[in-house]
Amino acid sequence: MKKKYSRSVSLRNLSTHYCSGCGHGILHRLVAQAIDELGLREKTIGVAPVGCAVIAYDYWDFDVSEASHGRALAVATGIKRCLPDRIVFSYQGDGDLASIGLAETVHAANRGESLTCIFVNNACYGMTGGQMAPTTIIGQKTTTTPQGRNPRAGDGWPLALSEMLKDLRGVSFLVRGSVATPARVSQTYQYIKKAFSNQVQNKGFSLVEVLSSCPTIWQKSPVESAKWIQEEMVKEFPLGVIKDQ
Amino acid sequence: MPRQALKLNVTDADSVFRSVRKPVLRSMKVPSKKILFSGNEAMAEAAVLAGCDFYAGYPITPQNELIAYMAKRMRQEQRVFIQAESELAAINMVFGAAATGARAMTSSSSPGISLKQEGISYLAGVELPAVIINVMRGGPGLGNIASSQADYFQATCGGGHGDYFTPVVAPWSVQEAAELVSLAFDLADKYRNPVLVLADAIIGQMMEPAEITKAKSQEEKVNPDRIIGISLDKNAKVLKKPWALTGCLGRKPNIIRSLLLKEGALQKHNEKLRKKWELISEREQRFDSYRTEGARYLLAAYGSQSRIAKQAVDILRSRKIPAGLFRPISLWPYPEKGLKMAAKKAEKVLVVEQSLGQMVRDVRLALPEKEVLFLGKAGGGIPQAEEIVKFLTKKIA
Repeated sequence: MKKKYSRSVSLRNLSTHYCSGCGHGILHRLVAQAIDELGLREKTIGVAPVGCAVIAYDYWDFDVSEASHGRALAVATGIKRCLPDRIVFSYQGDGDLASIGLAETVHAANRGESLTCIFVNNACYGMTGGQMAPTTIIGQKTTTTPQGRNPRAGDGWPLALSEMLKDLRGVSFLVRGSVATPARVSQTYQYIKKAFSNQVQNKGFSLVEVLSSCPTIWQKSPVESAKWIQEEMVKEFPLGVIKDQ
Repeated sequence: MPRQALKLNVTDADSVFRSVRKPVLRSMKVPSKKILFSGNEAMAEAAVLAGCDFYAGYPITPQNELIAYMAKRMRQEQRVFIQAESELAAINMVFGAAATGARAMTSSSSPGISLKQEGISYLAGVELPAVIINVMRGGPGLGNIASSQADYFQATCGGGHGDYFTPVVAPWSVQEAAELVSLAFDLADKYRNPVLVLADAIIGQMMEPAEITKAKSQEEKVNPDRIIGISLDKNAKVLKKPWALTGCLGRKPNIIRSLLLKEGALQKHNEKLRKKWELISEREQRFDSYRTEGARYLLAAYGSQSRIAKQAVDILRSRKIPAGLFRPISLWPYPEKGLKMAAKKAEKVLVVEQSLGQMVRDVRLALPEKEVLFLGKAGGGIPQAEEIVKFLTKKIA
């Protein structure tokens, strides 16, 4: 019988520390799979975020650096400029990328750094116990928006980072996928693969936003979480290609 | 000009940089005689000649000549120059560059250095070499752009969060500023640690003739072809960076991390770092002294203030008052051995600073038996030679 599916070489044979139903496990796998399929493992350098995925380097089997909160794309810039033929990517959450690291994100994109950025949007700060993220949707309850996010009460509106980056001339590829259904996972995989192959072709800055689940913080089951992405999150953050050039 | 793409047939940082760096075709002629430099430009040129592969900075007075000089020279040399979006970004770009094994540097002035502190703490935590230049201005807050030595505590006591130290060197001339930048790169590589060059605005801004050479004779100095501590000459001693992130071809993956959650792991790491600080403390004390023979009154000052103190020593000596000057070059580790020696016969020690009194604490710690006096001004005030003389004469009488 032909083996059609197996563990990616770039993914270590370990159980992760992630909660059941969390999107990180799937996304680690998709990143590893794309790197393997493109034959990039031995020239890849990843930059891990601060947050639940802070120890992503324990799961991936290639060179990885940590970065302080929000600065992954600055670190990635330093790496890529020194080793321009290596494949450098950052893997960051919504708080990391769209709040504390907003300046680094916008400017790395605006410089057109030849980088791949995986943006995991789960609409909350997971690691710290579920505070409001820039991407928390209106009405969503968090520890810092106990009544639900209310833009008029000073909480601000959900920040659509990918759309914000669209007009920057250094950006070549912007897409939004999700991990809510097998079909969406498979589409997200294609996005991630393209974002890496763009870097191989030196096309400029590529960012793949992925709507991901955080059942523990959302206080939903994994199935309910997937449903919530499909029914609620996508209204605020529509899936699909935002920019491709 | 972007760097040429690399062929991926290498496995370590050494050979990566060997293939990146081509002989320089259009570089400025290396000055073989003294030429007129500002301190900021001299430090920049010294960095280039020390093999700095990567520079990222953000504008702030009084170090703007440095970033402008790097913008020109790094591009000439086909190395990396980035004007970062902030000091935070700059120090973290340096983190990334250093992680690949490159010689990386950033520069700023006091408020900007405060912003870089988190990054410096990370560099110390993961043990990455990097050079950070602080051309100090007045504070706290936005302060002013006049000369100041008020960042002494920040520089010598770690500066950011966590238990760590960074070697700190403080030049008193344009020539020495250049030499200490070169030394800073070597110390950084040698100990895998960020190193601070603490200059004050006067040192950064003033112009003096200086001879900035590619290398002194010792092995640890930089030779023209040397890149990230690597010489093209096979016979030269080579400093490998097997920990660098270059892609894991032919080896196990490298991880750069300071997060150590496992019970006892961070404690163990901290102990390892402590041994490093102790080693540096023992080995890297640097100082200079002037007319300390038979000195009953010892002045202690660093940076631009030490030049004024030197003048004061001459005036005092001309008035038959046996004074001398102790000038620390390394501020951390503090050269207490040298200080104890210089202060052996001293009845009084007078510390002079462009601050409200920071280095004076280290002097008091090193000389618990001595009477240690202090004269200092902050916010752009500079204790003048006659003031120092008057102050000391009064205390003697």
